[in-house]
Amino acid sequence: MIYREAGQFKSTYVEDQAVFPILQDRIFVLVAIVVAFLVPLVANEYWLQAVLIPFLIFSLAAIGLNLLTGYAGQLSLGTGAFMAVGAYATYKLSTGFPDLNLIVVFLLAGLVTAAVGIVFGLPSLRIKGFYLAVATLAAQFFILWLFNKVGWFYNNNPSGTIQAPPRFVLGFMVSGPAATASARYVLALAVLVVFGVAAKNIVRGRIGRSWMAIRDMDIAAEIMGIRPLQTKLMAFAVSSFYCGVAGAMMIFLWLGSTDTLAFDINLSFEVLFMVIIGGLGSILGSIMGAAFIVLVPIFLTNAPDLVGLHIPTALEQNAEAIVFGAMIIYFLIVEPNGFARLWQIAKEKLRRWPFPY
Amino acid sequence: MHVLMSVLVQPFLDIASSPEFFLEVVIGGLLTGVMYSLVALGFVLIFKASGVFNFAQGSMVLFAALTLVGLMEHGVPEWLALALSLVVMVALAYLIERWMLRPLVNQEPIILFMATIGLDYVLQGSGQIAWGSNVKALDVGIPDKSFTLHGVLLNQFDLVAAVVAAVLVVALALFFQKTSIGRALRAVADDHQAALSVGIPLKTIWVVVWSVAGFVGLVAGIMWGAKSGVQFSLALIALKALPVLILGGFTSVPGAIVGGLIIGVGEKIAEVYWGPYVGGAIENWFAYMLAMVFLFFRPQGLFGERIIERI
Repeated sequence: MIYREAGQFKSTYVEDQAVFPILQDRIFVLVAIVVAFLVPLVANEYWLQAVLIPFLIFSLAAIGLNLLTGYAGQLSLGTGAFMAVGAYATYKLSTGFPDLNLIVVFLLAGLVTAAVGIVFGLPSLRIKGFYLAVATLAAQFFILWLFNKVGWFYNNNPSGTIQAPPRFVLGFMVSGPAATASARYVLALAVLVVFGVAAKNIVRGRIGRSWMAIRDMDIAAEIMGIRPLQTKLMAFAVSSFYCGVAGAMMIFLWLGSTDTLAFDINLSFEVLFMVIIGGLGSILGSIMGAAFIVLVPIFLTNAPDLVGLHIPTALEQNAEAIVFGAMIIYFLIVEPNGFARLWQIAKEKLRRWPFPY
Repeated sequence: MHVLMSVLVQPFLDIASSPEFFLEVVIGGLLTGVMYSLVALGFVLIFKASGVFNFAQGSMVLFAALTLVGLMEHGVPEWLALALSLVVMVALAYLIERWMLRPLVNQEPIILFMATIGLDYVLQGSGQIAWGSNVKALDVGIPDKSFTLHGVLLNQFDLVAAVVAAVLVVALALFFQKTSIGRALRAVADDHQAALSVGIPLKTIWVVVWSVAGFVGLVAGIMWGAKSGVQFSLALIALKALPVLILGGFTSVPGAIVGGLIIGVGEKIAEVYWGPYVGGAIENWFAYMLAMVFLFFRPQGLFGERIIERI
């Protein structure tokens, strides 16, 4: 009843090709974004810092990986390393040029990560699937080792960590120990919205279509005139750009200070989970997957207390791992196409509701 | 210039100046390689028969070793603990087939891969809940003594490990070549549908192959555990098995062995001779880099079938 596109006629091509052609979708997305920007007014520090900011950052990383794995079909286990490149590049740029606007620094760090991504994407020209995963694993271990061993990357800091220096965007302090969670949240959200819309448009356009063509059948795509070299490297570059910005946000807007441990192989797997559970080849799915993976561990940690059970921490951690793993298996069995598919089904149902016949 | 010198020339001079030490390094590497091979073997078995890239193999190693140690700590005699662990691994294989593989049949490889990562979490969690998460010593009664042979330092335990690996490979080869189940396994590996059409029960085969992988995991777990204690890090060697598989080929049992040996030796040599010049701890990534370079020249691995999709 509320979700029907009947009567919405398109009279121009521009209207017909809009990102959200249905009016209700546009309203929904706009309302969601406005509500998201108003959240700091009601949410407390804990929610922003422990739940919402990581959710935004992981959403961006998941979108980045989804562009590569979901749209271009190249499996990558090096997401953590690419995020680390973004984080360390931001740190170096920001400490080297303190007057540079943080947004510009983020973008430059993204470009640096894109360059690194291209280098490690080169094997994808000859190999794919799990073989490619091993090549990206090489990136994962090598890059983190490099950041640990070469003091230049962390300014020879004796603790070996990188710290986000205090920086301002539009007069608000958004990083450093004194920045409020609200300011950091709003900046992270703004970045996610801009990059999310950009991603949505990239995948609808020529580039995104060439990625999907390569993913579905590379030989056919090549015969149609899509150059595999440029297309795949472009996918690696754009994906790494997103992951790099996400990594930069991770240290500047969320953790504040960190070392390479935060970017280890588990991070790569987590982001991959988000992409798979959210749905391969879906921007909205990436965001929903990120929400799921961020929220479930928090829920599992707090659930026993809520029902009045008190179990030892070690047991709880292991139980958490079991439930988490089992949920992933269960989810893959029930809906291998992820949240994006569930969302699609829900929309189909909603269209006919409440008179299905 | 100095850097180039120390990377390109100096290590070779070091090698030439003391060949005995070099031999020791190589043998040490070979013996580490045997351990890698044992883990990689489990991967290959499952990949061959069900096309699943089993990320949880490392956790199966940990789980098997934890079960064995846990039982022995509770005063169960050694042989009985061994048998019980084996029973546990077979039961595990059955559960995996029933609850994970059967509902996921015909899904994309990446979905199955993700499911095995989920399984990885489950096994690590349940293994540690059941038997605790502290490091456990596993004593299998093999003395960890060193002796010299023609001026080369050798370790008795490592030699036993090598012999065990060799016996295991021969036993597996016989199992695959001579028994009817082994033939069925190979048939399934070659072509699922053809195997089904001549009456080979796919479900049973999967249980069998996951059980065999569990058994290999148990052996690997005993060996690693006896060497460096049964602990969480056992699960991480799964990642090291990846480059081994790239080198040896995803579908080849001898490949897993040879690949493991090459990675083991290469890693040790790189660490001992090149490590000091670039800051050390290069063992962490050397294997992956080696595999990556290898991929460019021989993507199907040393012994793998040429099924890799070329681009």
